[in-house]
Amino acid sequence: MHPLLVTQDLTVRFGGHVAVNAVSCAFSPGQLTAIVGPNGAGKTTYFNLISGQIRATSGRVELLGQDVTRLSVSGRTHAGLGRAFQLTNLFPRLTVLENVRLVVQARARRGFNLWSMAQSHRDLTEAAEAVLDRVRLTALAHQTVSALSHGDQRKLEVAAMIALQPRVYMFDEPTAGMSVEEAPVILDLIAGIKADPQATVLLVEHKMDVIRSLADRIIVLHNGALVADGEPGAVMASAVVQEAYLGKDLADV
Amino acid sequence: MLTLISGDRPQSRILGALLLLVLLALAFAPFLFPGSRSLETAARICIFIVLVASYDLLLGYGGIVSFAHTMFFGMGAYGVGIALDRLGTGWGAMGLGALAGMALAGAVALVIALLSLRVRAIFFAMITLAIASAVAVLVSQLSGLTGGEDGMNLRIPRELTPAFRFEVLGLTVTGKILNYYLVFLGCLALFLTMLRLVNSPFGRVLLAIRENAFRAEAIGYRVVAYRAAATTLSAVIAAAAGALFAIWLRYVGPSTVLGMEIMMDILLIVVIGGMGTMYGAVVGTAIFVLAQNYLKTLMGGLAEATSGLPLVPDLLNPDRWLLWLGVLFILSVYFFPTGIVGRLRGAR
Ligand SMILES: Nc1ncnc2c1ncn2[C@@H]1O[C@H](COP(=O)(O)OP(=O)(O)O)[C@@H](O)[C@H]1O
Ligand SMILES: [Mg+2]
Repeated sequence: MHPLLVTQDLTVRFGGHVAVNAVSCAFSPGQLTAIVGPNGAGKTTYFNLISGQIRATSGRVELLGQDVTRLSVSGRTHAGLGRAFQLTNLFPRLTVLENVRLVVQARARRGFNLWSMAQSHRDLTEAAEAVLDRVRLTALAHQTVSALSHGDQRKLEVAAMIALQPRVYMFDEPTAGMSVEEAPVILDLIAGIKADPQATVLLVEHKMDVIRSLADRIIVLHNGALVADGEPGAVMASAVVQEAYLGKDLADV
Repeated sequence: MLTLISGDRPQSRILGALLLLVLLALAFAPFLFPGSRSLETAARICIFIVLVASYDLLLGYGGIVSFAHTMFFGMGAYGVGIALDRLGTGWGAMGLGALAGMALAGAVALVIALLSLRVRAIFFAMITLAIASAVAVLVSQLSGLTGGEDGMNLRIPRELTPAFRFEVLGLTVTGKILNYYLVFLGCLALFLTMLRLVNSPFGRVLLAIRENAFRAEAIGYRVVAYRAAATTLSAVIAAAAGALFAIWLRYVGPSTVLGMEIMMDILLIVVIGGMGTMYGAVVGTAIFVLAQNYLKTLMGGLAEATSGLPLVPDLLNPDRWLLWLGVLFILSVYFFPTGIVGRLRGAR
């Protein structure tokens, strides 16, 4: 099967510092890939290059067979990319429902509708409500986002991803800063997304138990370079990874 | 009714009542407040509501700071002025001038937006400041075309002048009153149009961009395109208001449409009224223009009444009205950081 996302020698330099160094990797449908590596390894920067927030110094990004290296962020989103950010990133003073409705509206390409009333687009609102129902946020639909707990905000980000229905899902530490009770809800949602055979999921995550239960594959970044790629068992067992790159957490496994 | 205001409820009884009061007062101004000074005030309120609301579309919804809003206002006014001057008095010339001014404003706004908004929103603020200053200089230099610093007195169709009179139901109606209703209805239509824009899917995107442009782009909205569209629409509407202003005043000159003081007034009113609300423009403008026109008179009266006291009459000297307006502004920002409308909605 054709991969949904390919990066080819993807590189970015900040001054003299190479944050992502010639990373070549392909991501196939029906797969969840965990991306691991110590802080500062370049995981978030790699995501930024894929979704277009940062322009590559060299290399290519291909999405569904299309070269998107020069495409804008919004262009890549319409081409099938969905990204949830490491730091919560929502519309804080809008309601929960409006946050999701805006995503549905973007996907339907109705943003340049100047003369109709937004609330008359019932289908968009209903689609947004259905997503909130799926992630059990219906009770909070009319709350302002800034009034939500951190856990519910992260949940809303996942809801927005579900509303976007991309082919490539990118999650950057989705459970960071969440309580032990809240995290499983997010992970269940990601497991649900992973069940879609048409989509591929990229997940940056530190917690090994999470990776073990969700990942089909692990890639390891270190100093911006891809140093290991393979089945979770094999990667975790590899001595070089254990000692040098993953620290105690993984070595204890 | 709800469709007319695009489903944008005032969300506060007091605000609803205030809006209705302003609407009725403006709708019947020629009969409620006879006298040319009050009619001048009413017309100015109508026009500034549109001018301020069009700025709110940009700042309050799009999160874009512009210092060129009076320039677009001026383009509409000068469009009418130059057309009447060159093509001669007539409805056709007047309409053509207004449309040309609006088209020019839209085109210039689009170019500025596409050139500068790509870089950074703050760059847009600086560019608009530079261009607005340059245009103001240009207008005073090209006196052959624009009348320079003195401006131009306009000869508008006779039906809109005080010289034109007719009787309806025993009531004498002058062309001045017809002119007022042209202004009033034109402004009402423009305001309802903007209300529609901000409540459309497009308006929702603008709010999203103001809240978090980074995320708006990430979920698939081309931020530059939306900002450019908002800038263009805002400029076209400001120009339409400028055209109406020129027709009303039968005069166009740098001091009435281009001055930096007008730009400052717009900023003050948007903040006092409440950004991103549209209705803030109505309430804010009504209060501000009334204060501007009647504060001096009020202060003169107070200064005389307190003439026996030390210092007080000095402070109340009509020449100090700007100082008091400043104090009012600071107090209102301090006590109502979200503007009058935000405050009224919060206390719902
Ligand atoms: N915009 C930037 N400018 C300069 N350096 C950056 C920028 N973004 C990231 N970096 C650097 O790139 C490296 C990788 O960072 P990051 O991708 O955030 O790591 P990770 O997500 O793996 O913890 C770090 O050394 C960071 O300081
Ligand atoms: Mg990171």
